[in-house]
Amino acid sequence: MDVRKIKKLIELIESSDISELEIIEGEESVRISRNSPAAEVVATPAVAPPPVATPAAPAAGLSPPAVEEPDHPSGATIDAPMVGTFYSAASPTSPPFVTVGQKVSVGDTLCIIEAMKMLNQIESDKAGTIKAILVENEQPVEFGQPLFVIEE
Amino acid sequence: MIKKLLIANRGEIALRILRACREMGIKTVAVHSTADRDLKHVRLADESVCIGPPSSMESYLNIPAIISAAEVTNADAIHPGYGFLSENADFAERVESSGFIFVGPRADTIRIMGDKIEAKIAMHKSGVPCVPGSDGPIPDDPDKCMSMAEEIGYPIIIKATGGGGGRGMRVVYDPSDLLESIVLTKTEAGQAFNNDVVFMEKFLEKPRHVEFQVLADTHGNAIHLCERDCSMQRRNQKVVEEAPAPGVSEAQRNKIGTAVANACRDIGYRGAGTFEFLYENNEFYFIEMNTRLQVEHPVTEQITGVDLVKQQLLIASGKELKIKQEDIKPNGHAIECRINAEDPETFMPSPGKVERFHVPGGLGVRIDSHIYGGYSVPPYYDSMIGKLIVHAEDRAGAIKRMDGALSEMVIEGIKTNISLQRRIMEDTAFIAGGAGIDYLEKKLGL
Repeated sequence: MDVRKIKKLIELIESSDISELEIIEGEESVRISRNSPAAEVVATPAVAPPPVATPAAPAAGLSPPAVEEPDHPSGATIDAPMVGTFYSAASPTSPPFVTVGQKVSVGDTLCIIEAMKMLNQIESDKAGTIKAILVENEQPVEFGQPLFVIEE
Repeated sequence: MIKKLLIANRGEIALRILRACREMGIKTVAVHSTADRDLKHVRLADESVCIGPPSSMESYLNIPAIISAAEVTNADAIHPGYGFLSENADFAERVESSGFIFVGPRADTIRIMGDKIEAKIAMHKSGVPCVPGSDGPIPDDPDKCMSMAEEIGYPIIIKATGGGGGRGMRVVYDPSDLLESIVLTKTEAGQAFNNDVVFMEKFLEKPRHVEFQVLADTHGNAIHLCERDCSMQRRNQKVVEEAPAPGVSEAQRNKIGTAVANACRDIGYRGAGTFEFLYENNEFYFIEMNTRLQVEHPVTEQITGVDLVKQQLLIASGKELKIKQEDIKPNGHAIECRINAEDPETFMPSPGKVERFHVPGGLGVRIDSHIYGGYSVPPYYDSMIGKLIVHAEDRAGAIKRMDGALSEMVIEGIKTNISLQRRIMEDTAFIAGGAGIDYLEKKLGL
């Protein structure tokens, strides 16, 4: 099959909502699929993957996880135990609870998550060094969202 | 008008709500547990928020998590769906005190109608017929008991106020057994529930379950949308529902429909609701009200042409009901078969991956389901994976259409109750219409 033809097909996919395209010409066939977690759903054409690329959502970080995983150092993570707004310090004028490189023990307060007007102190369930802080101050977080990378 | 709605539910009803929002230009927030990331409505929603681990207690029943999710996404309103927190008055109250619109009635309406005695009192006031009974504890005077029972009419059921679940009840067929039965039931109740207060009610031997759909707005308008028959039940779970109810005359429909619409106005009801009745010997007896949208709402939508979820959203936005009672006329007949991920013989739940999913189609065939090929049905929630609904010009046509649609439906990889549903569609008593709530279990040999 002509490489130019295949290039055209790729361009077609990229400029549309199609996730997968298969063309059979005689004995040759080409299948091109968009690399997305919704690939499984292709069988029911009515379902389009959610607009991951253009999050109109004002609440950053709450679009379906999909391909937007930020690059972060590998290691154990400390995840959000609840939904709410992440605060890195006790108040707007206080220093942050932890910084990258800081050693923490089990039970140390790492951050605050505010839910329903209540400020919940989130304590570390691991001991080690903070390698990365994955969310920003005042960012909304969901249950299970990784907040810190910790090296034990 | 509501601009952004948080859907506090899962599965097929969450998808149903999302579809209504999409058509109305309302943005959607899908909250979900970690086990439900791949739910169809979660993938389609404008935003999604994971609110907890798989267990319902920590996710779909977790009030702070849900309200917090509404806060961080700046939603205007929360739709509770059915089940979960939909009839939890505390939830409704907290949603509203947190500054969100609750798509449903006011918290105190939910509270009142959730109390069976209070609900009956309210219905009495509005002229809705109830199961005749003592309307309070049985009197101490034996002569008064006898005459009360005479008035109600045998058979009588003696019930313990503190009882439930089939316990603390005794049926009396003959007046000569009445007084002794009362004493026995009181003694049992005292021992089992530490409360020997008993009351009496007329015992309905082979009732049917017939319910009326209502809509009420915040401007004093209330209408009924005809009735549904949900008598095909197994262990108090509805299996098949239909509208209208076979054998109910237009005069009866108007009479009861008018009474329930009046009751809505009297209690200041807001939104969609259902009045449930036991129906026997052409008489209606109110048992309880469900202050939410019901699973079987599609059959009413089919025969009336009204989109109940859209109406809920309009009412919650403060809009006035545009539909008048005279606009509601039942058209044709609709049947719904619930599709469950379960073994058709043992009824054991059958979670797992759906390898193949093929839905039927054609005129008058509707499928409300969130599953798709490759989707894994999680083990943590109830087993209903969809509803197959048909609409035809009459009941016989609807049964044929449903049987055909069931025969076309393919779900592989998990077990489903499709074969049971086909057996029901081919059952002579079902085809004749009017079978009571005891019929299905008897047929299944339970």
